[in-house]
Amino acid sequence: MTSAPHRFALIQRVLHWLMAVCILAMLFIGVGMVSTVAPKYLPLILVHKTIGVILLVLVLIRLALRLHYGAPPLPADLSRPMRFGAKLSHQLLYGLMIVMPLLGLGMLWAAAYPVVLYGGIQIPALLPQSDLMHTLLWNAHVYLGFAFFALVLLHLAAGLFHALIRRDGVFESMSLLPLRDRVTQAK
Amino acid sequence: MNQGKLPRSGLGSLVLIAAVVGGGAAAFAYTAGWFSPGRLTPERMIAALTPPSGPPLGHRRNHAKGICFTGTFEANGNGAELSRARVFAQGHYPALGRFNLGTADPNAVDATVRVRGLGLLITTADGEEWRMAMINPPFFAVSTPQAFHDLLIASGKKDPEAMKAFIQANPEFGPFAAWAKTAPWTGSYAEEPYNGLNSFVFTDAGGGDHTVRWSLLPSAQPIPISQADLEKRGPDYLEQEITERVRTAGPLRWTMVTTVADPGDPTADPSKAWPENRRKVEVGTLIVQRIEPERDGPCRDINFDPAVLPQGIRVSDDPFPAARSSVYRKSYDLRAAEARDYPRTGTAKP
Repeated sequence: MTSAPHRFALIQRVLHWLMAVCILAMLFIGVGMVSTVAPKYLPLILVHKTIGVILLVLVLIRLALRLHYGAPPLPADLSRPMRFGAKLSHQLLYGLMIVMPLLGLGMLWAAAYPVVLYGGIQIPALLPQSDLMHTLLWNAHVYLGFAFFALVLLHLAAGLFHALIRRDGVFESMSLLPLRDRVTQAK
Repeated sequence: MNQGKLPRSGLGSLVLIAAVVGGGAAAFAYTAGWFSPGRLTPERMIAALTPPSGPPLGHRRNHAKGICFTGTFEANGNGAELSRARVFAQGHYPALGRFNLGTADPNAVDATVRVRGLGLLITTADGEEWRMAMINPPFFAVSTPQAFHDLLIASGKKDPEAMKAFIQANPEFGPFAAWAKTAPWTGSYAEEPYNGLNSFVFTDAGGGDHTVRWSLLPSAQPIPISQADLEKRGPDYLEQEITERVRTAGPLRWTMVTTVADPGDPTADPSKAWPENRRKVEVGTLIVQRIEPERDGPCRDINFDPAVLPQGIRVSDDPFPAARSSVYRKSYDLRAAEARDYPRTGTAKP
């Protein structure tokens, strides 16, 4: 039990929960800001752009940490479909965490909008204005955003399933709380 | 997969998980406005702008008819006392803009459109942009974005009672209606003033805030013309005239004047003019040097989003710039996706 690491490194866990809060906020801000003409539209879009760029930096750090530290093994008794689902959903989550900010930046560049973050930080444009490119990136950002939210809900459900029903230590491997004595699962 | 391992609370846990997922999805849907058909969304504003004949595919959803210009903004340095924005430091800054008509029809007859506008983008060497979109009335038609939406709906109805009811609910429309009826028409984009109408907050180098509105005042002398006479000159006379004027007479000039609000002035309501005696500061001159058709012109790709502001200028308590920004972005997204309906080169559609 104690030979293999059964938890993610503390820095990985901290980053996971920090990004979880930010990503949830981003998804809600994103879907909220595009459906309002109220004055809050402007601060929301500023926060969305700023957190988006921060998340892009964080996910790259997180990916490096993951490659360095690896991940604790899944419980041996987990069925193959569940293993496959876990692996696939995590790859999709990583993919979306990387791609979503890039699509967001790209769609702004392709629309010739200056990208200015909180505090007046300017992000230089790496794409020229293009109607076609803007439309592609904008659609991808919107629809992958919905897919991202669905995946986050699935991830949350799976995490709770491990925590409350299987009680197999998977949730605890990412938990910020100190580890209690690992309970034996068999009764 | 883990039969026999479910603890006694298994069912309760499943219910809890379902509640978390369902609640999350419901909160998301609520945030997206899917439970709020009454919310004023950019889509609803654009639906209200859309004429019965359908949307102007590939074009801006309002102020759809226009022509591009390029030139220079020549700052005289006087604006620096009000705002630390680079654009007010004495110097020349590239300007790109668009003369336009306040209509959702890109083929409208010039003499049928009462409101004329000017979109402007000024860039400074540090990459900052100041975008704005101004119109020629001295005050706006209504006080709030919701009232603007209601105006569009009411004016689109055949029933004359609809407008009466609208005016009763939005009495600020009265002065605008009077302006539309009585203000003289001109036969040139060059002879119009263009007013920002919305208030913004300038921040000076010392951190002091000043709420201002700005206007572009033409150096060309306005020559009144009747609506009937303008109509006789042809459906696209204004674009032909401005092209010809710049070609033959050279650059056109507008003085940019900022007006500083006194405490208590109605900064949140663009339908209310501020008293005449407010402090005015001339901050520079817009020089229009070249006119190009919109189809292949440089203004086509630009959304003159009034919330794109340099450091030293920010929005005030006026609710319009945010609303306009939201709706303009939606309009841009739509027309970019429809670019094939407004091809860049070749002959116009029949």
